[in-house]
Amino acid sequence: MNFNATFLGQTIAFIFFVWFCMKFIWPLLLGMLEAREKRIADGLAAGERGEKKLEEAEQYLLDLVHEGKQKASEIITQAQKRGDEIIDEAKETARTEGKRILEGARGEIEQEKETARQDLRQQVAQLALLGAEQILMREVDRNAHNEVLNKISADL
Amino acid sequence: MGSCLQGTVLDQAMWTLAHSAAEAKAMGFWAWHVDTLGWSIVLGIIFCFCFYRIAKDATTATPGKWANFLEWVFELVDKCVKESFHAKSNVVAPLALTVFCWVFLMNLMDLVPVDWLPKAAALISGDPHIFFKVVPTTDPNATFALSISVFVLIIFYSIKSKGIGGFIGELTLHPFESKNIIGKILLVLPNLLLEGVALLAKPISLALRLFGNLYAGELIFILIAMLGYWQLPAHFIWAVFHILIIILQAFIFMMLTIVYLSMATEHH
Repeated sequence: MNFNATFLGQTIAFIFFVWFCMKFIWPLLLGMLEAREKRIADGLAAGERGEKKLEEAEQYLLDLVHEGKQKASEIITQAQKRGDEIIDEAKETARTEGKRILEGARGEIEQEKETARQDLRQQVAQLALLGAEQILMREVDRNAHNEVLNKISADL
Repeated sequence: MGSCLQGTVLDQAMWTLAHSAAEAKAMGFWAWHVDTLGWSIVLGIIFCFCFYRIAKDATTATPGKWANFLEWVFELVDKCVKESFHAKSNVVAPLALTVFCWVFLMNLMDLVPVDWLPKAAALISGDPHIFFKVVPTTDPNATFALSISVFVLIIFYSIKSKGIGGFIGELTLHPFESKNIIGKILLVLPNLLLEGVALLAKPISLALRLFGNLYAGELIFILIAMLGYWQLPAHFIWAVFHILIIILQAFIFMMLTIVYLSMATEHH
């Protein structure tokens, strides 16, 4: 154990190293570590925010889907109603058309009947005339008896 | 190994290398322990370089493994300082980091097998009996350089925070207290004696604790090295113990430095 100038050398070296550490190492590292701490804290906060936003978005999505389903069912109901209406209308139209056709047919038949009646009347008159001719065995003077004949045919 | 500016080895004042401890001792005060100085400065530069490199490229991005380790050491020291030292100072924390890392690195040299580096030095110098100390902390010059620097800082901080009057008062008016002025004057001497011893014990115990632990450890390594083949398991066991000791001693030195400085700044 002998003391000598080594002590001074060591002291100077020590002071130099402490000075170096104080000047070039400590502030840099401390600042960096603080910045990193802040960055990590910020990152965590951002992650939390993101999670919350995701939750919100999921909720929004669910709402949207729900709304869409509701709208779709509404539209389907409306469409069904409209379809029923169309069918009813068609039925009504068909019914009136049928009635109209029936009416026309009925009119035609009536007309036909009238014509046939007229024909029959004429023919009956002629037959009656022929019968009378036969009975009288002579020619009836058509011109002389036209008035009588017309009267008979009108009565028939 | 020592070198000398002036001394009794040579009549003229000139630089020369001593070849034994006795010769180095004979050189007197202006002898320099080249081995102690060399290793401690190399280790100090390694410390500065390693930390400076990670401090320079420091980013807030993910650190590498090495940077992570050094940052862990940094935060350990930072935490110790923040827990124990409450005054505002931008010297104490870097001082603690330097003390811890430097002392640890100097102690770490103890784990290099005891004869490798001295043998290498002998081979390089060509002198088979050269005295070459590898562990700087087994040289009391190194440990006292650390502790006296800390002692100067203790006094500096005491005076800075309490003023010269407060500092002197702390030395002379405790632990025996008196109400009247005559009693105070009478008690100055015993108080000064007790407080002076307490104050001086700080650097001495700080230096001798580190020196004693490391010197004894080194001595045991040397003794084990003389055992022949049995040295191998014995070396292993003692080295494992010693890993604990070197970290613990570095930590204790740092912690006591912080505590002494915090005591110096605190008012009673």
